[in-house]
Amino acid sequence: MDKLKFAFYWAASCGGCEIAVLDIDEKILDVVEKADIVFWPVALDIKYKDVEAFQDKYIDVCFFNGAIRTSEHEEMAHLLRAKSKTLVAFGACACFGGIPGLANVSDRDEIFNLVYKELPSVSNPDETTPQETYSAPEGELTLPQFFDTVKALHQVCDVDYFLPGCPPTPELIEQALTAIFEGTLPPKGSTLAPEKALCEECPLEIQEKKIPFIKRPYQVIPDGKRCLLEQGIVCMGINTRAGCGARCIKANMPCRGCMGPTPEVTDQGAKLVSAIASILGVEGEERMTEKEVEALIDQIKDPLGTFYRYTLPISLLRRKVMKK
Amino acid sequence: MYEPKIIGFLCNWCSYAAADLAGTSRIQYPSNMRAIRVMCSSRIDPEHVLRAFVNGADGVLIAGCHPGDCHYISGNYKTERKYVLMRKMLEQFGIDPRRLRLEWCSSAEGGKFAQVVTEMTEELRTLGPIQLGAGD
Repeated sequence: MDKLKFAFYWAASCGGCEIAVLDIDEKILDVVEKADIVFWPVALDIKYKDVEAFQDKYIDVCFFNGAIRTSEHEEMAHLLRAKSKTLVAFGACACFGGIPGLANVSDRDEIFNLVYKELPSVSNPDETTPQETYSAPEGELTLPQFFDTVKALHQVCDVDYFLPGCPPTPELIEQALTAIFEGTLPPKGSTLAPEKALCEECPLEIQEKKIPFIKRPYQVIPDGKRCLLEQGIVCMGINTRAGCGARCIKANMPCRGCMGPTPEVTDQGAKLVSAIASILGVEGEERMTEKEVEALIDQIKDPLGTFYRYTLPISLLRRKVMKK
Repeated sequence: MYEPKIIGFLCNWCSYAAADLAGTSRIQYPSNMRAIRVMCSSRIDPEHVLRAFVNGADGVLIAGCHPGDCHYISGNYKTERKYVLMRKMLEQFGIDPRRLRLEWCSSAEGGKFAQVVTEMTEELRTLGPIQLGAGD
């Protein structure tokens, strides 16, 4: 049998997903035995024009990580889609927009103004901001367009599989690779992770299903036994997909939702508003005045940023209303 | 003239009956609200509210029983907390929180119900059509 042809690409990402591929340790040797890597910008010097020269569907499996932030990312998404038999959205950013997706509370002008003009550490007397074209004596230079809105991969092209996580765990990557090599991939459009909520694999104990107050993680030292929500820490495990092995929780940190919503949930943030508000301050709720309810809810400092931390671009509203 | 669209989620036991009473009493109020009957105001998930906005509603009204009168004992307390948190989040999304309104109307308060819908329609008229952030 011919070796499979793999490709890896990074769009708007931090590079963590690239490292995650290596986190499968010596299993990487099996991968190299069964597959050739034909494109991997972080490790191999293969240019975009080489990819353009590939025949359509030349690549067997393409792992695409990172969100769509610029026109370059979008172009590469379309190109790799055309050249790949199977396109996998790899990691939270490609699946849901991820942390870069939080920039959807802002837009291009706001970001350029802040980064290139307003920050105290910036010295930019000519107020130069990135231009898409520039006429230099040597000829015209171009840069990709910076979009107002960050998107997930499936919002710009057809995606075959989703492998969520920030980054996906070595166990999930191994399972996905095994399924690819053995030809046992589930139906197109599947997420290559369990369908249950994280609470199913969480080792902590639920006692009351009530939250008396909300604290930020630095204000509480969790006791390592009881559900973090019951200890007043906002944990998103209740509607986040399982599959990570509750790593953050085992390190005494709450789930932040990088595996994305469970299959039944469309809008992760809205569902969390519902869940958290329903169990917060249940004790004595019949005696609470409107002011007290507001003070209680005000303990949640940044609902949008907390509840949509990884999924803003795929939420119902997708972004903040633009002032233009 | 611009006519705002309001989706009204009315609880079966109090507010829907209030709307009914407003009707049978022939109290006049704007026809901008489309009523959806739910068993309890706490049935309304924030996702329903967002879906209403995304599908073109300019405002969403949630109406339930007065505190202490919930048919399911404590549903409306949960509704209130969800509503407060929801408004806070809508503001972060750049949507005027006045587009979401929570009111308590008992089944005897047909007049109050009509007044709430009238007020809300007028308020939305001054706010204008809803704008959501499409971007590029």
